[in-house]
Amino acid sequence: MNSPSIAQLYIWLDEVTDPEIPVLSLVDLGVITAVTVENGKVNVEMTPTFVGCPALEVMKQEIESTLRKHGIADVEITVSFREPWSSEKISARGKEALKKFGISPPPAGTVFTDLELLDHAVCPRCSGTRTEIKNVFGPTLCRSIHYCLECREAFEQFKPL
Amino acid sequence: MNDRLIIELLYKIADDQLILGHRNSEWTGFGPLLEEDIAFSSMAQDKIGQSLALYQMLNQLGEQPPDKIAFLRNANQFHNCILTELPNGEYDFSLIRHFLFDTAEQIRFEMLSHSTYQPLAELSRKIKGELRYHTLHANTWIKQLGKATEESIMRLQHSLDFSLPYALGIFEESPFEAELVESGIFGGEKVLKEKWKEKIGEILQQTTLRLPEWTKVHPIVGGRMGSHSEHLQPLLDEMSEVIRIDPTAEW
Repeated sequence: MNSPSIAQLYIWLDEVTDPEIPVLSLVDLGVITAVTVENGKVNVEMTPTFVGCPALEVMKQEIESTLRKHGIADVEITVSFREPWSSEKISARGKEALKKFGISPPPAGTVFTDLELLDHAVCPRCSGTRTEIKNVFGPTLCRSIHYCLECREAFEQFKPL
Repeated sequence: MNDRLIIELLYKIADDQLILGHRNSEWTGFGPLLEEDIAFSSMAQDKIGQSLALYQMLNQLGEQPPDKIAFLRNANQFHNCILTELPNGEYDFSLIRHFLFDTAEQIRFEMLSHSTYQPLAELSRKIKGELRYHTLHANTWIKQLGKATEESIMRLQHSLDFSLPYALGIFEESPFEAELVESGIFGGEKVLKEKWKEKIGEILQQTTLRLPEWTKVHPIVGGRMGSHSEHLQPLLDEMSEVIRIDPTAEW
């Protein structure tokens, strides 16, 4: 078989989703930092959202099995911090998927220095901005817990980083 | 580049993260309120994950694989500062330790993000961003409880006075200190300590808590050289219980 194009590989990789957020592809999440093909061998370079992210191993396995399903026998996945993940790496489509899933996407270009700046996450249900942060730590390392004073529901935000 | 210097530096940073990560994990199920239970558990996960990344870097430099390094050394082979190994005690001590240690750790990784050792500089740029959430958490509670009630202020002041000599042990110098600074691998413990004093002073100033005169605080050192308190070995025994029973166990 001929080597697949990089564009084709990205289409296949787009089928792999975050194990904790099944509507968000790893490509949209921004954790795939490079894809190269060398002598028929596909190299995927990725980087974790958080260094301690326990989903990383599962992601690696799913990338490998997805590419195998499409006939790629030789896959190498390397984890690198050369181009570290930040919430800016989530694509516009990824942010939309998060919102639909009920998680407030990270605000763009946020450099926060104090809690107050995290205090006005947009509620993914009613789009209200009268919200307050309950905990900078949530059910996973990449999510915080908030409360909407308008629709009176608790919600999570994908943390700006 | 002198690997020996880097290896020594990586061990102490990684061991700090691993040991405090395990202490933080002991709050799981015991936090004074659910949010704090989650916070300390999340910080445990971050720190243990960060230690793994550092142990992997050591492995690249020819040291043993991460699980062996983490679980199969004795207390005298660990290079964490003594502050990180002390038992959790009550919440006031855990909070003060978290504040004192994580403030230093954030500055350390900020400094290391400019390291001439490229892999460490890259990883540090990542870790310093994550640690902002840890210092944000610590600062929020210190500012709130440090001026709340008579009891909260008294408890925190007591824990602060108890912890400061141990906190100064964070900055115990390496035998290679001069070479580390000279080669641009790390800016050095002296610089870190001064920045740390300034930063914790800035936060504590917004509370009723008081810092003593630094000249009256005598550092408790030894951890970096493998000389620990009686509290480390029991913690290591507990951490390594499974791997010692069955070295091939997977979970």
